[in-house]
Amino acid sequence: MENTIFHVDDVEKRFGGLLALSDVDLSVKEGRTHAIIGPNGAGKSTLLNVCVGLIKPDRGTVTFDGELVTGKQPYEINQLGIARVFQTPEIFPDLPLIENVILPVLSRRDGAYKFAPFASLRRDKAMLEEAEHYLEDMGLASQMNNLASALSRGDKRRLELAMCLIQHPRLLLLDEPTAGMARHDTNQTIELLQKIKAGGMTKVIIEHDMHVVFSLADYISVLAQGKIIAEGTPEEVKNDPKVREAYLGEAADDE
Amino acid sequence: MMKQTSATKDLIIMLVFIAAVLTAPIWLTPIGANYPDLLQKFAIYGIFAIGFNILFGLTGYLSFGHAVFLGIGSYAAVWSFKLLTMNILPAILFAVMWSGLFSVILGYISLRRSGIYFSILTLAFAQMSYNLAYSVLTPITNGETGLQLRLADPRYIDNMFTKAVSEGIPSTNLFGIKMSGYSGFYFCAVVLIICFWISLKIFRSPFGLTLSGIKSNQHRMKYTGFNPRPYLLAAFVISGMYAGLAGALLAVTDPLAGAERMQWTASGEVVLMTILGGLGTLIGPVIGAGVIKYFENIFSSIGDQNLFEMLSWLPEGMQSIVAYVISPFVGSGWHLTLGLVFMLIVIFLPGGLVSGFSKLASTFRPKKKTPQPVASTVSNASGTKEGE
Repeated sequence: MENTIFHVDDVEKRFGGLLALSDVDLSVKEGRTHAIIGPNGAGKSTLLNVCVGLIKPDRGTVTFDGELVTGKQPYEINQLGIARVFQTPEIFPDLPLIENVILPVLSRRDGAYKFAPFASLRRDKAMLEEAEHYLEDMGLASQMNNLASALSRGDKRRLELAMCLIQHPRLLLLDEPTAGMARHDTNQTIELLQKIKAGGMTKVIIEHDMHVVFSLADYISVLAQGKIIAEGTPEEVKNDPKVREAYLGEAADDE
Repeated sequence: MMKQTSATKDLIIMLVFIAAVLTAPIWLTPIGANYPDLLQKFAIYGIFAIGFNILFGLTGYLSFGHAVFLGIGSYAAVWSFKLLTMNILPAILFAVMWSGLFSVILGYISLRRSGIYFSILTLAFAQMSYNLAYSVLTPITNGETGLQLRLADPRYIDNMFTKAVSEGIPSTNLFGIKMSGYSGFYFCAVVLIICFWISLKIFRSPFGLTLSGIKSNQHRMKYTGFNPRPYLLAAFVISGMYAGLAGALLAVTDPLAGAERMQWTASGEVVLMTILGGLGTLIGPVIGAGVIKYFENIFSSIGDQNLFEMLSWLPEGMQSIVAYVISPFVGSGWHLTLGLVFMLIVIFLPGGLVSGFSKLASTFRPKKKTPQPVASTVSNASGTKEGE
């Protein structure tokens, strides 16, 4: 039996009169890629925001490796080993690429706060090499000294992914990693994520694109109107009549 | 930044800076700025602006209350002169300590908010401090008159070693070297160089990079595992201590402290200096401080009478018309000129004077990398691309 590393327990969230999440339970097993799918407005993003501490749930808890995540600050949650890729890439636009990747290394190494105004970044050759290596992996090494704001949208996503991976997170949360991408870029991203998957990192992925979901996920939870309506392996979910009705519809026939 | 700034480049920046500061009395002579009072002002406000840039330039948090620390530094220094000794080292030490202490308090409160709210909080705090110094705290600040040295001051440490001589108030000194005239300037210059070096180290450190990360995307910083609050507070306190140091030096060169030093216009001035010179660049704030203090000195000293004399070469009728047009811009109205210059720079050179220099340098040498070290390599973490 693989053990559950990430656990969402009975989470409920209301926005005014709108019930965004109701009694959501989620168990993510270590090493798996767990996809959360569902139609627009199903509460997928809210769920992810609860997971990283951006939104406090009205009820229920989120635990990671035995530690309570709910109520913690985003930076504390990251220090536990949870990294997040956003739907719109969150990078440091005013900094060169290399510095974009060095910052996560600093946080991994020095923790949430370290006052070292006289240490020299330049002398830290090991860190520089590691950062360059990750940029190379994403095919961004040639643009190392350019400002991140100059990157194309696809490259920004790759940069953000590099920034998350270089932290060696134990859980990676991906919010629609291929949203707004051209087919070619999407395929590249899938390849990249498959490579990461081979490394055994636990991932939770929210995605609209069924092609992406079925190429990556080991396990799928279907969210509709704030409730988990079905769970299982991709095969099980695909053939679940409830899911076909609520969400997949014609998309399932395409696959 | 990593590739562009090698150790040698930093060394060159440092050497050029040291040379430029120490030879300032020589190369400022042609523009009529070679007299100690003004040179000291350049150095002191340079320090103030360098420190301010560590907060504003690196983190993007715009404080409108930094003159408070300048004032606190001056008061602390003058009290040290009054109570302990006319030696300037304890005065400077106390000034930096007190301004550091106050900036921890003010920073802790103000940094609960960001953006415009942070600015307003610092502004409110500054005006409160100004009013306190002006009225309620008169026993400490001597209110409207300002804190001054008196013959009857105890000066406990001085009087332990020497018998009190009743021949006027002794002058500030560094172990016997009087801090007036050129020795005063050279002392300030050495402090300025040390301050610049510290700022350079901070810019190149993980701490500095973290601060620019906070400026660039605080959201991402939090999700990358950084707690921005202590970083911001550290930057705030460092810049507050720089301001306190500058305040102490003001008192060293002219031992009195008044509440007007804390007024919001003084806080605004350091903002102008930083932006005018080049926000987030290493050398920019020093240049901005120099330019503003220079123009203040030139334009504010022109009264209506000298203006008329200066225009005596014009025909009779023209003279009075031109004088009429120019007169609002000089003398006590020199802030109008400052405003115009500031507008021109912000509109045409958003990166400040430093970016103007590097643009100039690259037009003159289009093929090679700009070899002029001060203008090119000083572009830094905030990501100005002109350097390359």
